[in-house]
Amino acid sequence: MVDTLATASARRNAAHGGTLVVTGRRDVAQDVVELTLARPGRERLPDWAPGAHIDIVLPDGTTRQYSLLGDRWDAHSFTIAVLREPVGRGGSEHIHAQLSVGDTVGFGGPRNNFRLSPAPGYLFIAGGIGITPLMPMIRQAELLGDPWRLLYLGRSRARLAYLDELAGYGERVTVHTADERGRAVIDDWMPDPAVAPLVYACGPERLLDAVDRWAAPLGRHRVRLERFTARGDVDRPTTAFDVEVASSGAVVTVQKDESIVDALRRIDVDVITSCAQGVCGTCETGVLAGVPDHRDSLLNEAERAESRCLYPCISRAVSDRLVLDL
Amino acid sequence: MSIVESPSTPDAASIDPFDLEFLRDPLPHHAVLRDAGPVVRLEKYGVYAMARYDEVHAALVDWQNFQSAAGVGLSNFRHEKPWRPPSVLLEADPPRHDAPRAVVAPLLTTRRLRDLEQSWRADAATVVAAVLDRGDEFDAVTDLAEVFPLRVFPDAVGIGTEGRENLLPYGDFAFNAFGPPNELVTGAAPHMPPVTEWIGRQCLRENLTDDGFGAQIWAAADRGEISPEHAPMIVRSLLTAGVDTTVTGIAAIVHALAHSPGSVARLRADRSLTRTAFEEAVRLESPVQTFFRTATRDLRVGDVDIADGEKILMFLGAANRDPRRWADPDTFDLDRDPSGHVAFGMGIHQCVGQHIARLEAICVLDALLDRIVEVEPAGPERRHLNNTLRGWESMPVRVRRG
Repeated sequence: MVDTLATASARRNAAHGGTLVVTGRRDVAQDVVELTLARPGRERLPDWAPGAHIDIVLPDGTTRQYSLLGDRWDAHSFTIAVLREPVGRGGSEHIHAQLSVGDTVGFGGPRNNFRLSPAPGYLFIAGGIGITPLMPMIRQAELLGDPWRLLYLGRSRARLAYLDELAGYGERVTVHTADERGRAVIDDWMPDPAVAPLVYACGPERLLDAVDRWAAPLGRHRVRLERFTARGDVDRPTTAFDVEVASSGAVVTVQKDESIVDALRRIDVDVITSCAQGVCGTCETGVLAGVPDHRDSLLNEAERAESRCLYPCISRAVSDRLVLDL
Repeated sequence: MSIVESPSTPDAASIDPFDLEFLRDPLPHHAVLRDAGPVVRLEKYGVYAMARYDEVHAALVDWQNFQSAAGVGLSNFRHEKPWRPPSVLLEADPPRHDAPRAVVAPLLTTRRLRDLEQSWRADAATVVAAVLDRGDEFDAVTDLAEVFPLRVFPDAVGIGTEGRENLLPYGDFAFNAFGPPNELVTGAAPHMPPVTEWIGRQCLRENLTDDGFGAQIWAAADRGEISPEHAPMIVRSLLTAGVDTTVTGIAAIVHALAHSPGSVARLRADRSLTRTAFEEAVRLESPVQTFFRTATRDLRVGDVDIADGEKILMFLGAANRDPRRWADPDTFDLDRDPSGHVAFGMGIHQCVGQHIARLEAICVLDALLDRIVEVEPAGPERRHLNNTLRGWESMPVRVRRG
C-alpha cells in the first residue's frame, strides 16, 4: 500500500487531527442523508468495529453521536446516515440544511457500547434510522457465515434506508411498514429460548422497550439494545482553551488546531503518548478542575460523566480552563 | 555526499535475523537493513523485512493490508499448521479479533490497575530490600527482574502456586517458536509437552482464583461477550505474553541506568521522569524485537512488489533506533520525548498488557530509587538468546545506597 506508507510522517504529524471533511453526500431515504467523511489530508482514520459511533462536532459546537455504517476495510473514510428530526435539538437539521461536500466537522471516538459478540446466530431488529449500527453487523455475520435475520420496521418504505442492499439478502430480511401492514406485533418475533441467538435492536424507545421485555425469559445478556437518547450530550465548542499544569501552575493556551499534548510541549511539559488517537491509554492524565471534552475511544459513558481523567492526545475542554494533574 | 559501502559491509539480503550471531548483537545488522531501503528481501527465508520507523509504523497500523491471522512468526498459517492453536488475540484479525480484544482491554486499563498499584509497590519494596540485604552487588536479571513479575503477575491472573517455574520456559519457547526451527527451538521442544499441558490446565475456570484477570475473562464468557472456547485461550495469551516481556523490560531499565552515570540521581531528584526512563529503556531494548505480518493482497512498498501471502518481518527494535526518526537514537536520554516508539507495537494489535508492564517497571524503579543513589556494571553481562525477545541471562551490577 504505497499511498499509506508514503504518508507515514505526514500522518504522524497530523495524528491529533479531530477534523473530518465531508467527501460525499447522498439521500438514502426520505429525510435520511448519508455522509461520507475523511481526514482533510486523506490520512488513515481510527479503527472501529460494528456497533461503534463517532461524535460529530458541528461548527456551532453542537455534538451528536452517529453510528458508523461503512466498510471497516476502508481505513480512509467514515460513513454515517442522519435522519432529519425537525423537533430535535437542531443537530440533524443543521446537517440536512447546511452541511455540503467540502465542509468540515470535528469528531471524537469512535467508541463502541454496542459490540457484536460471537453467537451461533443473530436476530437484528431495526426501527427506521436504527438500521445504521446494524448494517455493519449484518455484513459481519455474513462474513463469518453466521445465521441471522432482520426485522426492519418503519412508517413507509420511502422512509427506510438501504432497502436495495438488504433486498440482496432475500428472505432473511423482513420489512414491515405501518402503511402497508399496520402495527407490527413484536412479540411474534421473540426467538425460541432453547436456541441461542443474540438479539440486537436499535430504534425508537417503544420498540426497544418491547424487545427489552424478552430479556427476562431469554437471558439478560442475549438482548442488546442501542438507544438514541440519554447519551449525556453536551454542546461544546472546538475553540481555544487554557490548560494549567497543577504542579507548577504554568498555563498554556491550547489553540483550536492543536492537541493538549502539543500545547504542553511548547512550555516544555512532555506527556508521553503512543497511539496519539485516544485508543491506547498511554497518556492518561488526571483532571483536577474543568470540564473535559472527551474524544477518546476508551472511557465509557459513566467514566466520561465522572471525568476524573482525560487523554490529552485527542481530547479537549468544554470549559475555558482545565487543571491537569501533571 | 556519496556513500561508498565498504567491502566488508554485509549484504542486507543475506542477513539471517535468527542466526545466533545476529541475536547476540543485532544492532549493526539493523543499521544495514535500514540503510538498504524501505523494504528488503531476506533470501534465506524468502521473506521481506522492514527496519525503518516510518514503514514499520505504517504497516503495523494497517491491519487491512498486513494481517496477523496468518501468524506473526515465520510460519505461514495459510499453508502450515501452527505448533499450538493460534492465539485469538495476537494471531487473529477483525472480525475474529474484535471480541477477545474488547474483553481484555478494559481489564488492563490504567484505571483498573490502580487497584493493584498499592500492593505492587509494597511488593517491589520488599523484593528490592531483600536483594540489597544480601549486599551491594547483585544480578539485576536473576535477583530482581525475574523475581518481581513472577511474584505479582501470576497472582493477578489468578493461577495456582504449584508449577509457576513453568512460566518462564513456556514464554521463552513461545517467543522462540515465532522464528525458524533453529537450535533455540529444537533444543527446548522435547521438554515442552508437560509445560504446555500445565499452562493449559491453569487456564481452566476451576483452576483460577475468583478475583483475578482469569476469572474476569471467564465472566465475560458468561455474559456472552466471548465464546466459552475462547476464555481459556485468552487466559493463555496473558500467561504467554506477560512474563518474559516484563522481565526484560525491568532489566532494560536497570541496564540503562547502569550505563548512564548520573541518571539515578536525576531520577531521584525528579520522580516525574520515571515514565520517560521506562519508555526510553523499552525503546532502546525493544523486548519484543520482531513480529511478522502477511500481505493480504499484492502490495507495493517503495519500489518493491510484495505478493499476496508473502511474509514481512517488522523489526520493532530497528525502528526504535532509526536515526531517520530519533535524534541520537542509541542514547538513553531522559530529555527525549519517546512518544510513538513501537516497542509495544501499534494499531489494533498494540500490546494490550502494556499498562501492566509499565506499572510493574515503575514500581521496581521507584523502589530502587528509594534506596540507591547510583548503579553501575559489576561484571560482564550475558545476553539470553531468543528468536523474538531481546533480553539478558545475567547482568551483574553494583549499587551505592542513599
